This record gives sequence, C-alpha cells and structure tokens, in this order.
Amino acid sequence: MTRSRLGLTAASTAALMATYVGSALALSQPWQLNMAPGVTETSRTVYNIHMIGLIVCCVIGLLVFGAMFVAMFKFRKSKGVKPATWSHNTVAEIIWTVVPIFTLVILAWPATNVMVKMAYTEDSQMTVKITGYQWKWGYDYMNWGDKPYHVHFISKLDAVSDRTRQLKSGLDPYAVKQGDEQTYLLDVDHPLVVPTDTKIRFVVTGDDVIHAWWVPQLGWKQDAIPGIINDAWTSIHDPGLYRGQCAELCGQDHGFMPIVVKAVPKEEFLSWLDGQEASAAKPATNAAPAATPTAG
Amino acid sequence: MATHAAAEHHDHAHDDHHDDKPHGFIQRWVFSTNHKDIGTLYLIFAFIMACVGAAFSGVIRTELMKPGLQFVQPYFFNQMTTMHALVMIFGAIMPAFVGLANWMIPLQIGAPDMALPRMNNWSFWILPFAFTMLLSTLFMPGGAPAGGWTMYPPLAIQGGDGVAFLVFSVHLMGISSIMGAINIIATILNMRAPGMDLLKMPVFVWSWLITAFLLIAVMPVLAGAVTMLLTDKYFGTSFFNAAGGGDPVMFQHIFWFFGHPEVYIMILPAFGIVSEIIPTFSRKPLFGYQAMVFAIASIAFLSFIVWGHHMFTVGMPLGGELYFMYATMLIAVPTGVKVFNWVSTMWGGSLSFETPMLWAIAFVILFTIGGFSGLMLALVPADFQYQDTYFVVAHFHYVLVTGALFAIIGAIYYWWPKWTGKMYNEFWAKVQFWWSMVFVNLLFFPQHFLGLAGMPRRIPDYNVAFADWNMVSTIGAYGMFLTPFMMFAILWQSRKSGAPATMHVWEASHGLEWTVPSPAPFHTFATPPIIHDEDLAHGDITH
Repeated sequence: MTRSRLGLTAASTAALMATYVGSALALSQPWQLNMAPGVTETSRTVYNIHMIGLIVCCVIGLLVFGAMFVAMFKFRKSKGVKPATWSHNTVAEIIWTVVPIFTLVILAWPATNVMVKMAYTEDSQMTVKITGYQWKWGYDYMNWGDKPYHVHFISKLDAVSDRTRQLKSGLDPYAVKQGDEQTYLLDVDHPLVVPTDTKIRFVVTGDDVIHAWWVPQLGWKQDAIPGIINDAWTSIHDPGLYRGQCAELCGQDHGFMPIVVKAVPKEEFLSWLDGQEASAAKPATNAAPAATPTAG
Repeated sequence: MATHAAAEHHDHAHDDHHDDKPHGFIQRWVFSTNHKDIGTLYLIFAFIMACVGAAFSGVIRTELMKPGLQFVQPYFFNQMTTMHALVMIFGAIMPAFVGLANWMIPLQIGAPDMALPRMNNWSFWILPFAFTMLLSTLFMPGGAPAGGWTMYPPLAIQGGDGVAFLVFSVHLMGISSIMGAINIIATILNMRAPGMDLLKMPVFVWSWLITAFLLIAVMPVLAGAVTMLLTDKYFGTSFFNAAGGGDPVMFQHIFWFFGHPEVYIMILPAFGIVSEIIPTFSRKPLFGYQAMVFAIASIAFLSFIVWGHHMFTVGMPLGGELYFMYATMLIAVPTGVKVFNWVSTMWGGSLSFETPMLWAIAFVILFTIGGFSGLMLALVPADFQYQDTYFVVAHFHYVLVTGALFAIIGAIYYWWPKWTGKMYNEFWAKVQFWWSMVFVNLLFFPQHFLGLAGMPRRIPDYNVAFADWNMVSTIGAYGMFLTPFMMFAILWQSRKSGAPATMHVWEASHGLEWTVPSPAPFHTFATPPIIHDEDLAHGDITH
C-alpha cells in the first residue's frame, strides 16, 4: 500500500527503484500473520472482505466465548451454585437465529459486488494465455489491442533453487537470493512481463493435469484445467516483481513451479514485447526469449 | 428382532445372563454378533488407524520442519499426504463414530442389540481387509496413491496400480459404511423400547439417525466416482479425460457431492456426543432439544446443496459461485443455533469439570474457531486467496481434530466407566487433555498464518519466509504424537486397577445407558425397559 505513494514516474530508473522497493513487499515475511493487501484494486477489495469476515468472526467469538467463560467461572458446582431447570427461551432463540442472517447479508453484499467485477474480463487491453504443465508454466502473449502477437515462452524454477531443493543437497535455502530478496523456490528463469496500469486478461488452461495459477499480490487464483479455458483479469498499478506458486496438487514437483510476474511501465513493456516478437519471427529454431533477469 | 411386548416386565430390565459370552477368542471376536463387542472392535481398529495416520503426518511434519528437502522425495511426500487423509477419514474418525454408535445406540434406546447383528459383524470385518489393501500400496512398485485423498483426475490416474487398490478399498469401505448405516437406521426406527418416542431419544441417537441417511445417500456416489476413475485408467473410457471428450471438473462435482455430506458425517455424531456430555456436567437440561435436533437435520439437508464451495477456483459461472456462496453461508445459522444452545445449557447450570466435560468445552470453542474460518472460506473473493493454502488445512483440522476427534475422546472418557466398570485416573486424564490443548493449537493455529501469508498446501518444501511458523507447527505435532500413548496408558491402567464405577457413573447422568450396571452386562435390555421420564437423557419435551 505504501508503495503507491512513492510517486512513480515513467522514467526507467524510478521504475527500477520501485521494483526493488516493491519486491521487498511482494514476498511473504517471516512470522507473517495476515494476508497481504496486494497491489491491485481487486486484491485490496479482496483483502477488505477478508478483514470484514475476520472481524465479524472475532466479535462473535468474543461474545460466545466470553459468555462461556463467564458461565464457567460463575456457575461452578464448587461454588455451591444450584442449577437452574429452564431449557427454553423463545425470544433468545429467535434473536440468535435472525441476527446471524443479517450478519450474513452484511458479509455477502460486498463479496457479491467484487465477484461481479472480478468476473468481468471484457474491455481488456491485452490477453495472455497461461498453460500449466508438469511442472512449469507456459505463457503466450496473444495481442496488444488490435495488434496480434505470437510471443511464447516457458517459465520454470530458477537453477539455483532447483539445485538447492534436491533431497539432501546440503545447500542452504537461505542463501538463495535475488538482491535483498530470499527467493528460494519463488524465482523463475523467465518471468511473465506485464505492463502496469493496463487491464490484462488471462486465459488459463492446463496441458496435462490440473494446476492453479496464483500470485497472492494479485488477489486471486485460477485453476488451469486440461480441456477447459478459464479467464481472469488484473490491472497492476505499481511496477515490481510479484511472486506466486502453483496452488493445485499436480504431482511430484507441484511445490517447484513458481510464478513471477514482472510489472513494468507500458513503454518498457511494449519495447520488450516487440523485441520478443522480432526474435520469435526470425526463422531461428529456438523461440525461447532472451534471458530476462528477474531482479532487473 | 425383539417382538416381545412389554407385557411382562421386570423392575430392572437387566436380568441378563452375565456369563453367556461366547467361549474362545475367535468365537467371541471374529464371529461376534454382539453390539458391544463389535463396538469395541471398531474402536480398537479406529485407534490403530489413528496411530498409522499419525505416523504418516509425522513424516509430513518432519519434512516440513525446515525449508529444503531433508528426509523424503516429493513423490513420497505426496503419498504421505494422500494416505494420511484416507486413513484418518475412513479408518479412524468414521469407524470410531460407528463404534460409539454400536455401543451406545442400543443402550440408549433400550434395544437388546443392533437390528441386524450378523450384518454388523460383516460391516466391521470388511474394514481390516479394506485397509490392508490400501496400506499394501505403500510397498508396491509406483507406491501408494499420491494424487491427494480427493483423487482429482487426471493426476490421480497417473499413479501406478496402487490406484486400482485405492478404488477397490474405497468400494469396500463404502459397503461397510452403507451396511453400518442401514443397521443403525433399522435399529433406531424398529428397536426402540416402548415409550422411547423419537423426540425422547438422546441427541446422540438423533445425530446418528441423520448421519446414517447421509451415508446411504452419498457413499454410492463416491463408489461411482472412483469406478469411473478405474475405467478411465484401465478400460479406455473418457469420463474425466478432456482429450476423449470427458470433463475433469465433472469428477470434482461428483466427488464433492459425496464429499460435503461426508464432512458432516464426521461432525454430526460429534454434535450428538457434546449434547449428551454438556448437560450432564452442567446438571441442567439441554437447552432447546428440538432446536438441536432440527439444527442437525437442517445442516444435513444443506450439506447436499453446497458442494460447489470446494471448487470456487475451477471457473464456475458467476451465478453458480454466488449460489454456492449464499447456500454455504446459510449453514452458519443452524450451526450458530447449536453453539448458542450449548452455551445456554451451561449458563445457569452447576458446572463441574471432569475430563469428558473438558473435552466437550474444548470442542465447542475450537470447533467454533473452525466454523469461523469456514464462514470466511465461504466468501468467494476471499476464498480465491484461501483456496488450497494452509488456511484451508488449518480450517479442516480445527473441525476434524479439535472437532470430531476431541468429541470422540470426550465420548470415550464419558462412557468408559459404563463399558468397563472402572473409573480412569482423573488427574492423568486431565494432564492428557491440557497437553493436547497446548500442542494441538501450536500445531494447527499457525497454519492459519501460513495460509494467509501465501503458503500452498500439499507442498514438501517452501520459501524461507514460511520457516518459522512451520517449525512451531512441527513442535506442536511432536507434542500431539505423545497423546495416543498417554491415552492408551490411562485406559490400560483403568482396566487393570481403576476404581469401580457406579451404575450412574456421573452425578447428573441421565439416559437409559445409566440404568444398567457398570460394566454393562454382555446382554442388556433382553426385556424392554419401562421408560420413566427421569431416565430419559433430555426428559420428555412433548409435554
């Protein structure tokens, strides 16, 4: 949240700076207790719904457990209390049936609103196709506005994490770093580069088994299912590196197919995309993109 | 079936032949048709399976203690998560509840035995074979099933031939459950002592009557789903294979149409148990008996129409997601009624805190915490974040361990003196309780934090940011691993040298089970008892 006040400019140096600041926030923190608000309008709304739900539950919990603890201390046989004999109270029963219904409406209302917004994937500036493979992600850039693109690449766990995660590798997971970030199992060879302040539509599918594409900072996850094309969208305001993981059990290396989204200013993105398109258009057999260092 | 009229009655209905137990170990236990012995068999089996399941979770928590892979390969880790769930759900929790049903339902409704005693024997003895088959897959080429207990295709059928063994063992467990459920329904509807009207039954009996209908309704659905997996893998069908025109998501719909009632199968009897224990130690009638029964029935009905909430991220249409969200949130209403009624039962009572009461109170608090996270999970946008994270793992362990399992342990301490005629050591039983309270919360509460921070479930290794809470969770798990041994020692000591139990055992116990001697004779209620209102568990609410 604080990052949105950093005064981002289109200047690439500033964006680069923001990338570093942003990435520190984009990773989960040791001893983290709560959900991160994320970096999109949607993710912040989702965070608010989570907090409303949490607070409502805490208040109800306080009342119910409070009453229980009062009962446990006040109505003890050891204090010589004589038990009451009543077993009904119609008024109370009506109250605690009806009040929860209103509480549920209060919870459902904002949730419904954001669901309608999240389901609206039209009016996007560009479409990226995400394909889950055992155990890596494929990305296809389909278009920018009316202009079709044919950029495709595979994104998989970075080599350092991969060496470190082998059974009894003897390598230290804490030593896997990109700059200041501890990126063990959360870094890839080729991140998904996307523009900021752009409505991006994702179409998500699976090639072999079911996977789920999840970047917590974007506020949603979507299953990648063979034979089915799901869609979802995001619009990221702040440049940065946002990391996630596959969230649906997909076999032995389910825990080792991370996702990195690199959000860059539009101009930077477009020049990157054109570069990718040009190299893909060459008759060269290798369509893989040039390495894109994740830490800029 | 007992067709005696109550014409000729004795003052005490337990004029039984104490020594007509079958002679010989095989005769008594393998060929048993006695509801008490079969109940005992179920409970022993559940205890063994709980230890096996705990051993699997030991592998899981040990590997997750620190980042990096130290002990097992990821594929074996997946076998452990899959087997842990299958063994705990089908091998420990469900048989434990069936064991309690076998022991207590005839005693609570004044029936001499279950309606179908031979089928009862068969229901139980299928289980050791089913689980031998399931556990044998660990030693097969390709290993045990590793696609999760939910068996989602296409992943589930990528495994080796362990998959076929899994399918057949699920079939067997299903047959066992269905026969057990038929038996329970037949017993409750036909074998009640004269005067034991439906609305005079203990809530535990009600909860099992409703649970049994859920079992009959959904176990065949599971059997169908896994059979389609089997034919997809071995016989070239394409039910769930997109390349052949099938639909992987269809499996999830079918599975969760079974799966959601299934999770209530594992909690409704717990509601019943707690509704028996709390009034006893509050020395006050259960608050709102009819509301309690109606709430169980409503929850059971709702369980059939909310399955989609397990699948919010599969890409259902907006209308479907909204429907499943609203329907799921409705469950909070009857569940809230139950919790409020338990608290109201305690309010104004005269409470004492013997071991069963401690477990029941812990159940109410910790199950409610699991209910809270359940309500949060129902909120679809938030669920997009929670789905398949440790938040979900924390949620269902709160309802299944501190919910279902705690109720089972409470029930065992509550009825143990009736079963064995011996009291247990109250001090050590309380030590076990408080030990469990500390470590179970260390084990599962931090998993909420891990999930919210972004740790997916079912991964063998994780980013270093998740290391600290995982360490705490593993410490909690190691503490919990001692509790089965503690409980075993306490119960063993009780059997060997426990103080003799009185007929009523607890000062304020009500219900027919407390009108027979402790230990309950091998045959009880051979002549139907005369029902006095003061013997009823919850009095007579109809007048």
